[in-house]
Amino acid sequence: MLHTFNVNNMYLVLDVESGALHSVDKMAYDIIKADNEGKSPYDLPYEKSDIDEVLKEINELKEMGALDTPMPDMPDISESDGIIKAMCLHIAHDCNLRCKYCFAETGEYRGGRMLMSEEVGKASLDFLVKHSGNRHNLEVDLFGGEPLVNFDVVKAIVDYGRELEKKHNKNINFTITTNGVALDDEKIDYINREMYNVVISIDGRREVHDMLRKTPNGKGSFDIIVPNAKKLIERRGDKEYYIRGTFTSKNLDFVNDVKELEGLGFERISIEPVVLPDEDELALRTEHLERIFAEYESLTNYLSEKRRNGKHIVFFHFMLDMGHGPCLKKRIKGCGAGVEYVAVTPQGDIYPCHQFVGETDYRMGSVVTGELNRDIQNNFARCNILTKEECKECWAKYFCSGGCAANAYKYNGSIYKPHKVTCELLKKRTECGAALYAESRTEE
Amino acid sequence: MKHIKVIQKPCINNSKESGCGECQASCQSACKTSCTVANQTCKKEEK
Ligand code: SF4
Ligand code: SF4
Repeated sequence: MLHTFNVNNMYLVLDVESGALHSVDKMAYDIIKADNEGKSPYDLPYEKSDIDEVLKEINELKEMGALDTPMPDMPDISESDGIIKAMCLHIAHDCNLRCKYCFAETGEYRGGRMLMSEEVGKASLDFLVKHSGNRHNLEVDLFGGEPLVNFDVVKAIVDYGRELEKKHNKNINFTITTNGVALDDEKIDYINREMYNVVISIDGRREVHDMLRKTPNGKGSFDIIVPNAKKLIERRGDKEYYIRGTFTSKNLDFVNDVKELEGLGFERISIEPVVLPDEDELALRTEHLERIFAEYESLTNYLSEKRRNGKHIVFFHFMLDMGHGPCLKKRIKGCGAGVEYVAVTPQGDIYPCHQFVGETDYRMGSVVTGELNRDIQNNFARCNILTKEECKECWAKYFCSGGCAANAYKYNGSIYKPHKVTCELLKKRTECGAALYAESRTEE
Repeated sequence: MKHIKVIQKPCINNSKESGCGECQASCQSACKTSCTVANQTCKKEEK
């Protein structure tokens, strides 16, 4: 399978099954495209000798195994080995903001406001270590609602994790996802010392952020959060972080939000499509796609210009280091939700991931009682790019890895049916990421 | 080659023997809503 695409006048050809990427001139692009669509290249308005020259190069690539390659042999992943290595702890089903697009319903997740106790937190880590088999690197994301409203429990969990690391020879990478409202000096220093990664939510421009990320009394939160986030990042050294925003139908010009965040001094940025049902006025729908594609292209342009001027801005969804990507097994399996990644509620209930929390059909166990539904684990393991109809034929399958199961379930009622708009966005971002990669490689 | 430049050599088949599982779970790194697996790096190579 081949995918031909063009981003900002860069012509690229991806050989899907091998992952090889080629940058081509316009003529070669037209010829490869025609050939791929079963049309004769000789019908194109080029000289026969030129066409022959290109076809010769195409053949060379085929002989090298870098074009039109067959599907690789697939590792068997039809059953989960039962190992769980990553956990999302819902430290608080409560929040000190009332954001309008919150998938957690401002913290409640359909279950009412509640904080995780120290006991449940510790039981979660015990459960994780117990199910982690021979994995050395484990991950625990301290999530919510808003985890900082239950900060003493955060600290108790991390302390306990450090004990378990020594006892069981594991490495636990703690990460925290916060809205930044409650950050103070003590919490900032703690997070910078203990957290492998920190994700702080800011949507970008003040008016965009304040329109949706409001305090309980209806005021904007930009002026509270930005100084806190700046302080944290200034003191963070070169440890990982992301400033994470959401774009909705109200800010399709989100390149301006990236620019705003960059202007505030942030260099690791993620601005992501909102997940909301089509009826919602903020939702992203098919009719927005063209506009968003143009915006992604303009962002590609902007980032590449920055890079040429010596400033490296990381945009999470464009990061694509093709030569050092994950192994085939991971590319097939995808996010690992319900298989090697699970979420735990304040009560200790286990769900396939943070976005399934509250979908009681998907409750898969409890860290308190220790039960784990292996059938659900296997169902998720079996749902992958080799079994999903749309994904099998998709050129982006090894980059996307089958998309977000929660998304599929929420929009289409089945984890097997990817959400079309999400797929289109993913594909466009992959093209943009590949173009940026090609450009940086060409300059090297 | 005059018209085609290889930017990235085949990189998917090569890695099929691994699957050690030490790499980061995708949704833990930033997004929490829309995973992209391809931007995760391989832990084995990092070492
Ligand atoms: S873009 Fe959609 S169809 Fe393609 S692999 Fe991802 S989820 Fe599957
Ligand atoms: S199902 Fe979706 S939200 Fe859940 S871990 Fe996977 S990509 Fe993330």
